[in-house]
Amino acid sequence: MNDPVVEIRGLAKSYRRGGQIVPVLEALDLDIGAGDFIALMGPSGSGKSTLLNIIAGIDKPDRGTLRVNGTEIVRLREAELARWRAQHIGFIFQFYNLMPVLTAAENVELPLLLTPLGRGDRRRRAELALSMVGLADRMTHYPSELSGGQQQRVAIARAIITDPTLIVADEPTGDLDRVAAGEILDLMVRLNAEAGKTIIMVTHDQRAAERARSVVHLEKGMIRTETDAP
Amino acid sequence: MPLPLSYNVRNLWARKLTTALTAGGMALVVFVFATVLMLEQGLRDTLVGTGSYDNALVIRRAAGTEVQSTVDRAQANVVESRPEVALGPDGAPLVSKEVVVLISLDKRGSGGPSNVVIRGVGPAALTLRPQVRIVEGRTFRPGSSEIIVGRGIAERFQGTSLGQRMKFGMREWTVVGLFDAGGSGFDSEIWGDSDQMMQAFRRTMFSSVVLRLNDTTAFPRLEDALESDPRLTVEAKREAVFYAEQSETLARFIRILGLTLSVIFSIGAVIGAMITMYASVANRTAEIGTLRALGFQRGSILTAFLVEAVALGLAGGVVGVAAASAMQLVTISTMNWQSFSEIAFSFRLTPGITVASLGFAATMGLVGGVLPAARAARLAIVDALRAA
Ligand SMILES: Nc1ncnc2c1ncn2[C@@H]1O[C@H](COP(=O)(O)OP(=O)(O)O)[C@@H](O)[C@H]1O
Ligand SMILES: [Mg+2]
Repeated sequence: MNDPVVEIRGLAKSYRRGGQIVPVLEALDLDIGAGDFIALMGPSGSGKSTLLNIIAGIDKPDRGTLRVNGTEIVRLREAELARWRAQHIGFIFQFYNLMPVLTAAENVELPLLLTPLGRGDRRRRAELALSMVGLADRMTHYPSELSGGQQQRVAIARAIITDPTLIVADEPTGDLDRVAAGEILDLMVRLNAEAGKTIIMVTHDQRAAERARSVVHLEKGMIRTETDAP
Repeated sequence: MPLPLSYNVRNLWARKLTTALTAGGMALVVFVFATVLMLEQGLRDTLVGTGSYDNALVIRRAAGTEVQSTVDRAQANVVESRPEVALGPDGAPLVSKEVVVLISLDKRGSGGPSNVVIRGVGPAALTLRPQVRIVEGRTFRPGSSEIIVGRGIAERFQGTSLGQRMKFGMREWTVVGLFDAGGSGFDSEIWGDSDQMMQAFRRTMFSSVVLRLNDTTAFPRLEDALESDPRLTVEAKREAVFYAEQSETLARFIRILGLTLSVIFSIGAVIGAMITMYASVANRTAEIGTLRALGFQRGSILTAFLVEAVALGLAGGVVGVAAASAMQLVTISTMNWQSFSEIAFSFRLTPGITVASLGFAATMGLVGGVLPAARAARLAIVDALRAA
């Protein structure tokens, strides 16, 4: 395995529900190498999203250490963490999470508003990213004018626009039909193979998991097996 | 790093109906707010425009109004012979000894009675008030039962048209002219010969003496001289100041009543804005979570919703001010309690009133937006994302 981009040691997380404490992750260790494409699988409620959110810096663990690209992100203060996310993480969501009032190009451009880039540069980069996902002719379309698969491709363009260290995807094909899901997976495989992007993808779809380089199974708050995808 | 303004505006636009209803509520409040200030402004302009700064008005001390004032002939003559009085081209002092009487006339249309100022004036009256111009007919002949009528009176009262005869003061008077006083208070008056009026109303004393100062800086001298002369019981005021004071009570009443109403209504509008903004936050919870995940700070979210609330308020403000500006076409007449006579004036929109109204609208939006925006900014990212 390459140098780990993500290094997790003794990670624990529990939620409080009513008066009860529900443990979700317990003493979890995991390394993810640079350039890897991991499918994170497991039964519903096993803590896949929770783990992904913690790695992406939008949720906090109760215990344990978590280094991403050498940064101990658990220690960052909120505002620093937000800046860190803007630089290092690309997000892909199950329901695309595009801004309905912004066009495809504006949605893709959104993360660049947090960079010092000027308007012209931002536009050019957004157009480039949209052509990379095959939507050069949909720049000025609003999300409501696009199919689910097209919306997810816009979201992928948004996720790669800042050239992040790590792309996290939570059930990216969960809301798509088989054909559209296949296209999205093709795109992610290409991002990984051609652009060398490190990707962590939560999925419960065996077909999706097969496209990844390796599969991690999460069960009862622990990593059960790590297998290389066939 | 703020989100672009277009994002906020489009979010408002995306919820056209809700935005229109909420902004409509704000517009109503702003309309009330603006029209009240416009009314006050119109009243002040009318009454302040009535007086000239170069004229002095002499009335009995502490009389307050011309109607309540009496100046006997001897005192009027003393005033007339003061050296501060300007002389006309014929060498006669530019003085008008006037008598002011209130009569009741029936209004056109509804026909209810209302008080009207009858002003008996001297020959120099029109020279002293250059804003008063005869627009139809001619001026009255001295020593006759002829009268001229202000434009505002001719429009609002029965029997006051050119050529008509009017009965008051136990006499019949003929309307021989109509005058335009440039929107000043004189537009709501009827003028005739001073001596004729005094006979008709059995008066032996004038109400006031109006004079032109030979030099505008001579006023303090005149004031001192009149007040220290033991034969006199009168005081002098600059005519402009006198009329400005006349408008004070009514203007203040309009302002206080209007602002009180505006504040009460604004509570409703603010609650409306708050409900709308809370709904907006609730509908866009996942969107907020997404923005935060992408790296936008809590402050950006707070700002975005505040800007949206202020934009909502301003949209209402613009509509409210636009509607209010249409009120400039309306002339209103009401009783001025200080002179106990009817006065006509219009709504006047000034840049200051526009700015104040838009500021009021923006403030309503801001106040309504604070709590919803704070809620949006406080959301935890994962909780917000789970709301999808
Ligand atoms: N904010 C929360 N509050 C309470 N319980 C939560 C919260 N988030 C997740 N959980 C619980 O933690 C467990 C793991 O959730 P999640 O990570 O979403 O699972 P997965 O993505 O594997 O389906 C579930 O039992 C879920 O109900
Ligand atoms: Mg999940």
